[in-house]
Amino acid sequence: MKQTRILLGMPVTVEVVDAVANDLVIGNLVIDEVFDYFVYVDEKFSTYKDQSEISRINRGEIKFDDASEDMKMIFGLAEQTRQESNGYFDVHHNGIIDPSGIVKGWAIYNAAEILRKKSFENFYVDAGGDIQASGKNSQGEKWRVGIRSPFNMDEIVKILSVTDCGVATSGTYARGQHIYNPKNDGEDITDILSLTVIGPDVYEADRFATAAFAMGRAGIDFIEFLPGFEGYMIDKDKQATYTTGFARYVLNA
Amino acid sequence: MPRSRSNSTFNFSQGIRKFFLSAFVVFAFAAYAIHERLTSSNGDPSSASAAPASGSGQSASDPASNSSVQQAPASNSSSSSQVSYKNGTYSGPDVNVFYGLVKVQATIQNGKISSVQFLDYPSDRRTSQQINSIAMPYLQQEAIQAQSSNVDIISGATLTSEGFQMSLQSALASAH
Repeated sequence: MKQTRILLGMPVTVEVVDAVANDLVIGNLVIDEVFDYFVYVDEKFSTYKDQSEISRINRGEIKFDDASEDMKMIFGLAEQTRQESNGYFDVHHNGIIDPSGIVKGWAIYNAAEILRKKSFENFYVDAGGDIQASGKNSQGEKWRVGIRSPFNMDEIVKILSVTDCGVATSGTYARGQHIYNPKNDGEDITDILSLTVIGPDVYEADRFATAAFAMGRAGIDFIEFLPGFEGYMIDKDKQATYTTGFARYVLNA
Repeated sequence: MPRSRSNSTFNFSQGIRKFFLSAFVVFAFAAYAIHERLTSSNGDPSSASAAPASGSGQSASDPASNSSVQQAPASNSSSSSQVSYKNGTYSGPDVNVFYGLVKVQATIQNGKISSVQFLDYPSDRRTSQQINSIAMPYLQQEAIQAQSSNVDIISGATLTSEGFQMSLQSALASAH
């Protein structure tokens, strides 16, 4: 069973191929639970929602010490990522805190955990192109993940074959400059257009894709030196640069 | 057939030819070793000096044996094919990556990279991180090329509302 909804301002798709999910009632029930989790995350962390907890923290209505456990955890994870990326990942921007760069991957990971804890084995959760993939697809093969061309929305430029890992892409092509370089605020990142990272899970892949993209061309070096991660970077000249172990994920059609 | 004959003249001429072949390989080997020394701090000289010893040793100790004569060029050619990766320990130059200097040391065994060690690692630390790897880390490049769209999922930067609608329509169409 596969369903797509718009949540957190992006399409969220959940597909579960385990036989038990083919039962309409069970399938709908479990996928609803996954979507409900995204609704919860959106209510709490969206900076576009006036009454979200993050908006109230930013207005000073809630002190950090009084924040929810999830909020404190996100702040902790954001700080950890800032340190691990030498400051290239920073949720502090223009005087407000916007943790969306870490919330997205974290939410996808937790959503997939809902399925895993219910003993589902073959599924994926995709939110806006960031993916947690588990087990096999409906043909019993590893999940085929296409990397979208930053030059043409309808074009795939690489096909990956993955299982039990996370895939996340950071880029500037779709929503304009939504990733900023915290060390050089105001300057757009234009040299590279897209950076796809494969990691042990989508949370790890997403946060390091975001941090590495902010580094510009050096981002792919950062991924190269990160144990357990591979990356595929596309620049403005339609050249791709990829890490040493990336090729083992490429589907040879 | 010449190979079945075993008179001493033939063996002697084979020995001379082998000697010149050995000398040539040793010379090439030595030239390469000197070249390598210019960039390596800890080159292994024994492998370069071992080649003439084993070459002359075989022809001196066993001049009448056809099999050893046939064997010698084979062993020489195999050692010349290893010239590209000579046994030893080699240090690279300091390379400036975005977060600092990186200097690596590669150990070659049997003509293959057996380990790569970091002598210098970023953040001004002098760590020695052993990495079990058969290849040194390096990046590769290619021009992007359109692939088939036969995929389960698409990874890309978050869509605009426009592309989002288009994608959503197709996603919903395939939802089942």
